[in-house]
Amino acid sequence: MKPAPFTYFAPQSVSEALALLREHGEGAKVLAGGQSLVPLMNFRLVRPQVLIDINGLSELASLAVSDGGVTAGALVRQWELERSSEVARRLPILSEAIRFVGHPAIRNRGTVGGSLVHADPAAELPVVAVALAAEFQLQSAQGSRSLQAHEFYTGYLSTAIASDELLVKIHLPFSPPNTGWCFTEIARRQGDFALVAVALLLGFNGNGSVSFARIALGGIGGVPVRAGTAEESLLGKRPSETLFREAAQVAAQGLEPENDIHASAAYRRHIAEVLVRRALETARTRSGSLSGFGFEASMRKDRDA
Amino acid sequence: MPDTISIDLTVNGVACTGSAEARRSLVDFLRIDLGLTGTHVGCEHGVCGACTVLLNGRTVRSCLLFAVQVRGAEIVTIEGLSKSGPLHPLQQAFQEHHALQCGFCTPGMILAALELLKENPAPSEEEIRVGLAGNLCMCTGYVNIVRAVKAAAEAMAPGRGGIPE
Repeated sequence: MKPAPFTYFAPQSVSEALALLREHGEGAKVLAGGQSLVPLMNFRLVRPQVLIDINGLSELASLAVSDGGVTAGALVRQWELERSSEVARRLPILSEAIRFVGHPAIRNRGTVGGSLVHADPAAELPVVAVALAAEFQLQSAQGSRSLQAHEFYTGYLSTAIASDELLVKIHLPFSPPNTGWCFTEIARRQGDFALVAVALLLGFNGNGSVSFARIALGGIGGVPVRAGTAEESLLGKRPSETLFREAAQVAAQGLEPENDIHASAAYRRHIAEVLVRRALETARTRSGSLSGFGFEASMRKDRDA
Repeated sequence: MPDTISIDLTVNGVACTGSAEARRSLVDFLRIDLGLTGTHVGCEHGVCGACTVLLNGRTVRSCLLFAVQVRGAEIVTIEGLSKSGPLHPLQQAFQEHHALQCGFCTPGMILAALELLKENPAPSEEEIRVGLAGNLCMCTGYVNIVRAVKAAAEAMAPGRGGIPE
């Protein structure tokens, strides 16, 4: 349970870090909060020859809320997002999701960028990034480029980031007006990775029909997935118990969950459907649009069943 | 002989110096190099919370930090809560409420509870349970742990002596 030896660098600027990445490439790992990387190193599942500790890069530690959205430097700690009243007011789905990440001591140290780059398919932040169509800004000694969340995630624990690149910041755009939100998940224990996580946005136009829908799920396959068919099935329709029930069924049918030691594929599909249905109702309520239609009572009934 | 790196930091208010390989975890550095064995090593992969310490005032898992990363930082371990004289109210409450059985999780529990009470001086039972959910007690003595934290919150409330230094 001790990591293999490595050479340690603690660059003090992004350009210094990028030069180290270029020099050491595949043999190097970037250390941010270390809440995912260090356990893997302790188990010797990962044995980097070189560790580039970016905790000294204060230029990556700023959190900004602007007109267009929230822009977080890769090194912003998860607890900073959690405590930001500005984020809670302007992008509440992010505040809601962050509380599901680990435990206080994990969030104190864990970073936004670290969680996004580690790309655990059951982690919360990647699911939110996909739901919000977040933009990832990558930098290398050669230059910079930005990728959409769905381009960034390429497979289980895998991203489009090249070995000489560093995630420097992420931009999470605000949703259109009258958009409700919900992040919810089911995990075995408080703070565990989700069996299934859902990040959902639901927007309405003036006549009360759905004008905007984003449904992202985590814990299902190798990467966070969007339930595109279910999203389309909602557009232009007025919300009803039937509409939401059917959309949740469509979302669950479109998934290809896997069996693992934590849950069977069938169970994951089942909870995905239940979570999407509940999240649609919660988002509708929060959108400030329309009154309820007795959905809460019917949900209580099926929880009791 | 592998390369070692010199490490200066403050632990429980005392300036300390040591040197270690880059791969030395903070918890091993505290226990082996500094002889502060109050911080316990449990799972060594960030799950059990036994090795919780304060880094610049916030709880962290000391098994997931390398000692070289905390050069210049201030660390507080369980030994820092009551250096001499009376126990800290949290320690006192753990003793009075029989909130430790084997005692292995206790240092981490107390430091996690300390941060919780600093941010939420009068937590509900549920808030205590969520706040301590990252600290596992393999004796499963959670009921008394929650009771002790509640009692400590009352003892530490303003007008009741407050938080001792």
